[in-house]
Amino acid sequence: MLATRVIPCLDVQHGRVVKGVNFKNLADNGDPVELAARYAREGADELTFLDVAASVDDAETLYDVVERCAEQVFIPLTVGGGVRSADDVRTLLSRGADKCSVNSAAVKRPELISDIADRFGSQVLVLSLDVAGGAGTDSGWEVTVRGGRERTGIDALEWAERCASLGAGEILLNSIDADGTREGFDIPLTRAVRDRVSIPVIGSGGAGSAADFAPAVTEGGADAMLAASIFHSGQVSIAEVKTALAAAGVEVRR
Amino acid sequence: MPTVALLDYGSGNVHSAKKALEAAGAQVDLTRDRNAVMSADGLVVPGVGSIAACMEGLREVNAGELIGRRLAGGRPVLGICVGMQVLFDEGREGGETTEALGEWPGVVDRLDAQVLPHMGWNTVEVPEGSRLFEGIESERFYFVHSYAAKEWLIEQHPRIRTTALTWATHGERFLAAVENGPLTATQFHPEKSGEAGVRLLANWLATLS
Repeated sequence: MLATRVIPCLDVQHGRVVKGVNFKNLADNGDPVELAARYAREGADELTFLDVAASVDDAETLYDVVERCAEQVFIPLTVGGGVRSADDVRTLLSRGADKCSVNSAAVKRPELISDIADRFGSQVLVLSLDVAGGAGTDSGWEVTVRGGRERTGIDALEWAERCASLGAGEILLNSIDADGTREGFDIPLTRAVRDRVSIPVIGSGGAGSAADFAPAVTEGGADAMLAASIFHSGQVSIAEVKTALAAAGVEVRR
Repeated sequence: MPTVALLDYGSGNVHSAKKALEAAGAQVDLTRDRNAVMSADGLVVPGVGSIAACMEGLREVNAGELIGRRLAGGRPVLGICVGMQVLFDEGREGGETTEALGEWPGVVDRLDAQVLPHMGWNTVEVPEGSRLFEGIESERFYFVHSYAAKEWLIEQHPRIRTTALTWATHGERFLAAVENGPLTATQFHPEKSGEAGVRLLANWLATLS
């Protein structure tokens, strides 16, 4: 039976991890590759690098990080931030990424999704969806861009469905309202997206303890969960999350 | 150290396949050169995306003939993911049929499952006598695909060495791996399956000499 995936996300800027990483026994806490290798040893099912600067001048630095990671960590690697064209995807894949996530660029230009899916297959394309509650849409959920700072007026559920039909292979669903609260994943939103599309849904935003993960699966229907600060702070390990998931009857890889 | 030719025909992310094969103990050459492909101890055929796109790339490097000649001489070939799917007669994707390499009878068709692609770590049902899965029978492997071969149509001949078929289930049962004489294939990605995947590649390398 397919295991529910647990995915640590590393925010990277100029080739360095930027969000509060606080581990002992790492030679260099800021090196994304060393941290990725550590997470892989601890049982991470996939890894995600998010380039938060994503400036064009800096692209080569990110590619180097991706290449070094792919040389030593043999689990799937998703790279997001600054993917604006199918050529960007080709470069990332050639340097060792397995999937690329797109967000703002797809909102601006939805045909980017079909461009990428047609050339490289749906499996490389993760649609990153930042959602905030908003009264202005039919479903009450609205697509945002720029990390939640800018609303688009687009209904999040309609957008998810459209992206799936254009060829997205997976949805990374980030709740802007839950993000940073540490009060748990946004279950109603996760369930609503899960019920609307038939591609895998990765829940993200709001994890504060190991116990927060199981409801995202059992109630929200998530196929995977992504989290950043809860792992980087050293507060909760991937193994602890998997133990909690298994105790709740969720299939995990141990 | 066994030499492996990793077939270079424009398939995405061959980088990690090369590195994982090296970690498993091979000397790897990413190549489409006929002599290199023919003389290596093992040939690996990677593949991601659609069967139609992969077949186009494979035809350009004359892969059908190269694979066929290697197999005729009993020389090992390993297909991975779409590199496995192309070994069957044909693929049916989105209402279109693509003629494939036809080393094995049968079709590759869409899985009947609630959520597709089948993406993530799944368990496999390994038969007795599998050399590929020796020591890693109960491990999970990383899958990412929406299509698969669901039947094995070659009758087992009592006097010929038994083919080892490994199955997995996502919505329905499908072939996760085939060990058929010199021709081996996995629907999952060993190069993305962590330590278990590297071990599987090492098991395959051990059959080369």
